[in-house]
Amino acid sequence: MTIEELEQVAKSVCQEYGKYDFEVNVCMDLACVSQGSDKLREALEKAAESSGKKVLVRRTGCMGPCSSGPLVRVDPEEILYHHVNAGHAKAIVKSLGGKPVPALQCDLNEHFDKQVRVVLENAGHIDPEKIDDYIARDGYKALLTVLTEMMPNGVIHRITESGLRGRGGGGYPTGLKWGTVAKAAGDVKYVVCNGDEGDPGAFMDRSVMEGDPHRVIEGMAIAAYAVGASKGFIYVRAEYPVAVSRLTTAIREARRRGLLGNGICNTPFNFDVEIRLGAGAFVCGEETALLASIEGKRGAPRPRPPYPAVSGLFGKPTLINNVETFANIAPIVRNGGKWFANMGSERSKGTKVFALTGKISNTGLVEVPMGIKLREIIEVIGGGVPDGHTFKAVQTGGPSGGCIPAEMLDLGVSYDALMAVGSIMGSGGMIVMDDTSCMVNVAKFFVEFCMTESCGKCIPCRAGTAQMYTLLSRICSASGTMEDLDLLVSLCETIKETSLCGLGQTAPNPVLSTLKYFRNEYIEHIQHKRCPAGVCLMDATAPVAVPAEVLA
Amino acid sequence: MPAFTPPPLPSNDNRWKIVNGTMRKNGFARHALIETLHTVQSAFGCLDDDSIRFVAQSLRVPLSQAYGVVTFYHYFSLKPPGKHTATVCAGTACYIKGSDKLMVAAEKRLGISRGQTTSNGQISLMTARCVGACSRAPVVMCDGEVVGEMTSEQMLNQLERWAVE
Repeated sequence: MTIEELEQVAKSVCQEYGKYDFEVNVCMDLACVSQGSDKLREALEKAAESSGKKVLVRRTGCMGPCSSGPLVRVDPEEILYHHVNAGHAKAIVKSLGGKPVPALQCDLNEHFDKQVRVVLENAGHIDPEKIDDYIARDGYKALLTVLTEMMPNGVIHRITESGLRGRGGGGYPTGLKWGTVAKAAGDVKYVVCNGDEGDPGAFMDRSVMEGDPHRVIEGMAIAAYAVGASKGFIYVRAEYPVAVSRLTTAIREARRRGLLGNGICNTPFNFDVEIRLGAGAFVCGEETALLASIEGKRGAPRPRPPYPAVSGLFGKPTLINNVETFANIAPIVRNGGKWFANMGSERSKGTKVFALTGKISNTGLVEVPMGIKLREIIEVIGGGVPDGHTFKAVQTGGPSGGCIPAEMLDLGVSYDALMAVGSIMGSGGMIVMDDTSCMVNVAKFFVEFCMTESCGKCIPCRAGTAQMYTLLSRICSASGTMEDLDLLVSLCETIKETSLCGLGQTAPNPVLSTLKYFRNEYIEHIQHKRCPAGVCLMDATAPVAVPAEVLA
Repeated sequence: MPAFTPPPLPSNDNRWKIVNGTMRKNGFARHALIETLHTVQSAFGCLDDDSIRFVAQSLRVPLSQAYGVVTFYHYFSLKPPGKHTATVCAGTACYIKGSDKLMVAAEKRLGISRGQTTSNGQISLMTARCVGACSRAPVVMCDGEVVGEMTSEQMLNQLERWAVE
């Protein structure tokens, strides 16, 4: 396919959709489907057919505010309806061309006003299973421009200029990583997309893969051209069957259009993508463990160096980036590195997608420019803590991150700022906790998670997390002592310093950050044998048992 | 060196042909181990000794490695699942919203602990590390269908229905 052909497709799609007077977009993301949006879509289609109006009913990816689902947006008026069910279909179709249905209209202006959509620009606007929808919104234009007008070095330069940093959590400069792989010696190189979103509480990668799969493929293809690879793998969790099927469809369609395969756009560039399924192991989000898993082995990490950029998949130079990182590539190439670098803060450029969940009114996906204050995300975009409770902490970075207390809500969100307060950016989960959450219990929850997810290769992580869990369990069941607290801290330091991979090195973060900001809760548990939030059972007779399989 | 001939199918069960298909598609390469095990589990519901042995021999992978992979990943199960499966999400958002209480209620009602199946083979009670529907927490997957904002009452009703179905 050439650029002219691409533009032709885009034009014919616009003509096709121009036939309709109205577009009714139904969110078909997991959260909305679990509230009956598939039945709603059928009802809307039926109502549209019998009404005689020219209406296009389209299924789309996640629109964002999942707590208001199922969501329906009517274009061109851009009216958003919330909590729609199949029974409302007739009323919505009837209202087209007239006044909107007032009972269903939702007022989320504040929620959307603060957001800047780059990664999610197509979410809620295209049918993820139709490549033409993507092409009509400038899809694959960046890839074909790169192939016909730019040298690989030029692409890397543009990415470097944009200041994009890895969105998987590490924050390593993407341009630098691409440059290393490009310089690595070898004819065979690989591009790997990390879609193993193991961080519990984060689901932005799932939404991108389900709602806009072609964007990921395009990003990977551009990366492959820049580093000189001709084969790519997308590693997706088996827990995301919809993402797998959407990506499979997308890859098939892209191949059919000649956007994947041999001689893309009549150039000598070849690239193809394969999907690899994960099998439920958090540690596989670590890059060397992920590569082992693609090779069909146990997902155990190995020491670095050599870094995957030099010796990765099957011993070849390999570029690994997260789903969201790849999703940022096409817009950067299209609009230029400076455009991207103009958004965000000093050392963290662009936007970041967060999954806002927990005790907050508007749960769902939000995309905000870097540097935005936490307070704005939680109070304005998220709508604050519901049911009259008070905000206590926000947890970022999943099991590798930390809890940020209310006093620090004026912190601007960036890689460095979050690191400085003892948390990390992570993949972008943001879990809000209120006064009914016990911070000791939360720390125990994360340590238990790391304990069961530890691959067992290195001792500090395997045995250390189990010991941390025992100590925290003691504190939560009224048999902890103040000495336990000191032991916990020194154990945390040891695990941090000596673990092999990121999982172990960051496992103490939730404990250390809660100890730093909520030490009084620990002391309350130990000295007064009570849990201020009323979560822990404080039952001293309960056995503190670490599962036998962990200690074995 | 004589050409490698894959072992014969363990039985006449047609599902083995699906398994063989996955391996053939990957050229019987060793790195297709996880893909093949996924196919076995989706066809048979679980992985037993025969299937692991068959896959290991076909892909020329040591039995120890195949068994190691099966036991490493949570997704693979060595025990057959019950007729119905309730999977309680144990992700952070669900935990904050009380998924552990759901779990305890279900365990008490069924008389089994998480990861087990009732003795009559009706219901399996499992946990998942986040299904990605965090905005609807707490989430339970009832036979693969995501049910959001689950309450203990709803959960027990569902188990009650399954006990007789």
